[in-house]
Amino acid sequence: MTGTLAAVGAGLAVIGAGLGIGRIGGSAMDAIARQPEAYSKIQIAMIISAALIEGVALFAVVIALIK
Amino acid sequence: MKTRIAIGFFFFLLLVGTSKTAIGQEVEQKESEKGKFDASSFILDHIADSHEWHILTKTNGESVAIYLPVIVISKQNGLNVFSSKKLAHGKEYKGFKIEEEGDLKGKIVEVDANGQIDENNMPLDLSMTKTVIGMLSAAIIGLLIFLSLARSYKKTGISHPKGIQSFLEPVILFIRDDIAIPNIGLHKYEKYMPYLLTAFFFILINNLMGLIPFPPPFGANVTGNIAITFLLALCTFLITQFSGNKSYWKHVFATPGVPFWLLPIMIPVEIIGLFSKPFALMIRLFANMLAGHIVILSLICLIFIFDSLAVAPVSIFFVLFMDFMELLVAFLQAYIFTLLSSLFISLAVQESH
Repeated sequence: MTGTLAAVGAGLAVIGAGLGIGRIGGSAMDAIARQPEAYSKIQIAMIISAALIEGVALFAVVIALIK
Repeated sequence: MKTRIAIGFFFFLLLVGTSKTAIGQEVEQKESEKGKFDASSFILDHIADSHEWHILTKTNGESVAIYLPVIVISKQNGLNVFSSKKLAHGKEYKGFKIEEEGDLKGKIVEVDANGQIDENNMPLDLSMTKTVIGMLSAAIIGLLIFLSLARSYKKTGISHPKGIQSFLEPVILFIRDDIAIPNIGLHKYEKYMPYLLTAFFFILINNLMGLIPFPPPFGANVTGNIAITFLLALCTFLITQFSGNKSYWKHVFATPGVPFWLLPIMIPVEIIGLFSKPFALMIRLFANMLAGHIVILSLICLIFIFDSLAVAPVSIFFVLFMDFMELLVAFLQAYIFTLLSSLFISLAVQESH
């Protein structure tokens, strides 16, 4: 039972991270469309914030693992 | 910038070339296992620390492993140093054994004359485990690279870089120009450069070594071990606190612009904030590296869960993809750890305005 609950918890964390990274990706697309010359800078900032959000999601996964 | 990226990609490809063949070996090794396959215990065994470095299990059940030294200090027997081969497969030696079940699984326990384990009287275990060997090898590799680099700079002075210099010089300059100077400031950054560079390259070398599954000392899950990340975060915490100036402590204990009746709430919050920053640093690195290892191992395990060769190509393709992702994560986590460390230090050293 705890295993199933942990899986549900991990899934919920993935929803949050997916929403977050999706928004970052979308906003980066908008920004690049507006200013194509800033492409590389926007890309770097995008990757960094995506990694930070992924880190938060992984907190949840670790908690789900420890259970 | 373009050349930096190009050099980075070259290194990526080099590493992926090695790790792909290594995964092949890993899979062959697992194929010899018969019977029901327990994926989760297999994965957890692989990412956990251990007293032996397991290489492969033969079809007849014999295992080939490197047995690492065990160093235990117990209250009754004092200091004991012996090979972990004497404790392999639940064997008992000098009253010590490796517990195989329950909460103490994988730990060295002391057994008394009646065969009972005293949980309140655990021996102090200072063994050279898999993680320790992995960490020391990473340190040695780092030392070799940077000492030879220092020697070549001493000989030729600052001229056009050659060899590994041309790969590392942009990285070091990147840490100085894009991490340390913008955050800490032009006047104070020099004092913290040694720590930031050490943290960056220690994490990076360990991350990359963890991605190469074979042969030892590669493939130990060093940065995915919370003790290691705890120590790294502790270093950042101590450096931050000891370099904190007057305005930093004023912000903690008498935040400017906050009415005095709010201070009983604000001070505890600020003190929790001091600890939560390095705590997040610790968990972030740990969770990222652990999750990477788990995902790669789970994808390999798919072959054995379905027990069919047809799954293998798909699984290997996904593992390769994840390996690429993990290469990115290895660099990114080293970068983020250094960036956030320099950010925390900058909060401690900046002048009030």
